[in-house]
Amino acid sequence: MNERLQRILPKVQKPARYVGGEYGQIVKNKEDVRLRVAFCFPDTYEIGMSNVGMRILYGVMNEMDGVWCERVFAPWGDMEEEMTKAGIPLYALESQDPVKDFDMVAFTIGYEMSYTNILNMLRLADMPLYAKDRPDLKGIVFAGGVCAVNPEPLADFIDFFCVGEGEEMTVEILSLYDKAKAEGWSKERFLRQVATIGGVYVPALYEHHYGEDGKLTAIEPLDGAPKTVTKRIIKDLDKAYYPTDTIVPSTEIVHDRTNLEVFRGCIRGCRFCQAGFCYRPVRPRNADTLYQQAVESLETSGNHEITLASLSTSDYKQLEPLADKLIDYCEAKKINLSLPSLRADNFSRELMLKVQRVRKSGLTFAPEAGTQRLRDAINKNVTEEEILTTCATAFSGGWNNVKLYFMLGLPTETDEDVLGIAELVWKIIKTWKDTATNKKRGLSINLATAFFVPKPFTPFQWEAQITPEEYMRRVHLLQDALHSKAVDYRYHGSDLSYLEAVLARGDRRLGKVLARAMELGARLDGWDEYFNNDIWMQAFKECGMDPAFYAQRAYGQEEVLPWQTIDVGVRQEFLWQERQQAYLSKVTPDCRVKCSACGANCLEGGVKCDA
Amino acid sequence: MPRLVFEKTGDSVWISHLDTMRVFQRAFRRAGVMLKHSQGFTPRAIVSIALPLSVGVESRCELLDYELEQEATLTADMLNAVLPEGMRVLSIVENGRKIKELTHLRAHLTLTYDHGITDEQLQQLQALYHRESLVLEKHSRKGKTETDILPMLCEMTMEKKDNTTVGMDVLVCAQNPSLNPQLLINAIEIYAPELMPDAVKIRRMEVYDTEGQVFR
Repeated sequence: MNERLQRILPKVQKPARYVGGEYGQIVKNKEDVRLRVAFCFPDTYEIGMSNVGMRILYGVMNEMDGVWCERVFAPWGDMEEEMTKAGIPLYALESQDPVKDFDMVAFTIGYEMSYTNILNMLRLADMPLYAKDRPDLKGIVFAGGVCAVNPEPLADFIDFFCVGEGEEMTVEILSLYDKAKAEGWSKERFLRQVATIGGVYVPALYEHHYGEDGKLTAIEPLDGAPKTVTKRIIKDLDKAYYPTDTIVPSTEIVHDRTNLEVFRGCIRGCRFCQAGFCYRPVRPRNADTLYQQAVESLETSGNHEITLASLSTSDYKQLEPLADKLIDYCEAKKINLSLPSLRADNFSRELMLKVQRVRKSGLTFAPEAGTQRLRDAINKNVTEEEILTTCATAFSGGWNNVKLYFMLGLPTETDEDVLGIAELVWKIIKTWKDTATNKKRGLSINLATAFFVPKPFTPFQWEAQITPEEYMRRVHLLQDALHSKAVDYRYHGSDLSYLEAVLARGDRRLGKVLARAMELGARLDGWDEYFNNDIWMQAFKECGMDPAFYAQRAYGQEEVLPWQTIDVGVRQEFLWQERQQAYLSKVTPDCRVKCSACGANCLEGGVKCDA
Repeated sequence: MPRLVFEKTGDSVWISHLDTMRVFQRAFRRAGVMLKHSQGFTPRAIVSIALPLSVGVESRCELLDYELEQEATLTADMLNAVLPEGMRVLSIVENGRKIKELTHLRAHLTLTYDHGITDEQLQQLQALYHRESLVLEKHSRKGKTETDILPMLCEMTMEKKDNTTVGMDVLVCAQNPSLNPQLLINAIEIYAPELMPDAVKIRRMEVYDTEGQVFR
């Protein structure tokens, strides 16, 4: 195997990502190992190695006695071609052993457009795609990650899903498998047993019934399977496993730095945001714990950059003391500290200037909508005044670069809202002219718009997506209203976001479309180099399916939703109520101002929401 | 400036030149030693590697120059404890010679022929490097140029190790001008494609000055 691999590596781009051997990787003696897990990330090495969740679970599994977890990533097209020619099946990096020889094959899924990568990786591993065609306990395939909140499009392929945070659940699942393997259980017996672990969803134990109009009419649990599967969370993050001695890639990755997760959950409740509802309730790590973890991670990795990660770092209550301590440490050690996800409203000049001592990072805003009316409707609580004030502070501090992110196609959006984006941009340019201290370099505004995708477990989960044609009309409307050379405007492709909407709210009938699209060559769909919409449209056509049925149709309030077997803790009634508020353009105060009783604090038999 | 000699073997040969520098920048930090940083907007740890090594090529004689921020003890063991698989520091030289005095490189090439190689073919292969000239096209930033590589090939011995493997020992010019040993293989492809091996492994063995002394 290694000899064959050595021969193809000179022919591919960036071969270092295909060999493992990095500092910090875990290699165990096969004789001491009872259970081998191939942990697959359905995208490239550079993306996967940037994923904190994968690093955490890699550590969690390898901490277990008798378990060896190894990493697998999707090969780039050139490597896939060479592997196929040379007859090399998909392998894990640490041992370079074929994935099909492992006991368990795990996937972490964070993005709908990586679904074909999952199928393609199973194919490259020489494993049957369909769960029903894999009769043995060995080679069982399971998956977690945020996409597991609506796992239906993958229901035919994955044996079971893990919903929620994996630190504890993964250990329970692997321990059960260990026992099952030792006692020679059948796959069926294992699946029935694993379904009793909280947060585990076994799709084969549910039958979906459809009406004549094609709508889902009922979900029937079989063999005593639970009616709902509730998301797992970690109650106390200070006690949760955090990998401070983690793998240091030998080649450049996307986020080539230490990631410090300051808290989980979000107090904001932006109505389009899946993470904002699915990661509730709010649970912080203590600033002292974080500082210790930061120092330890930086020293063991040798990284010269660290970032504080969360959904909204400004909302971390102990941000100031933590930032102060980290800034001192980082300055002395010449480490670059970045604080993304700061809000415009409390982005204080002080903090900005403090961080600047270490390194001046970019200024990024995500107002998401161009007018206050629409920002209220989506509950994005940032005002024009806050944005302009922060910009003025930044420009007078020497910044000349602003990134702005918006969405087009949000529910209730009108042309006035679209043009409001151009107006806001114009006001930022004017602010720069009035306040910039360093005008020589000129101003540069990177403006980007995404195509709104309604996601499960958000107040907009019932909404229809606008058509790709209508989205493009709004893109051009905005484009024509931008007149300054300082603005570089980019927009997301309409076809990709359309498909994302189909898969995000899809049901299990889409499985055959996914399989067909993969057969026709769909893979690495998140990459412009590979995405080919024609393949997908052909797959839908051949399968007799209409993508518009999933993306462009509003789901009714009483309609059975494909993902309703899953419970993320936030009540459906609350989501509907939030949807109604959106149509009235009414904001809901953030969870710190007033608890909206979303329900997430009832998880795990009651947990403190530290909003 | 202090210099360290390191080897790059096994799967670490797939780490590119730029990535190799990044690996060392982090390894110094892991070893608890601060490198001197450049001034400016984004300070960078200063390290430099003498002759960039192509991806896929093994080496026993890589030279990396570095400067520490303040005086500190640094041993090969300290770095070896924190380097990725296949990369190993062999020695540390307190004061390296000027890089421009490095002129020659010894390399070993292993050519594999899956279906075997006859003695006659071996002779043909040898003859290739004893021609009057071996002109190859070089692509550089300035465009295409034609270069005769033979004047830069100072010594060469070739032997058949077994039915399918040929070993080549070469001494080549390493700087101004330099000959990348890979070009010796490219020459086969152009001038004797029927003798093209199925796989090639190149290994840098040692670097020398004009006097033939080991360069450090």
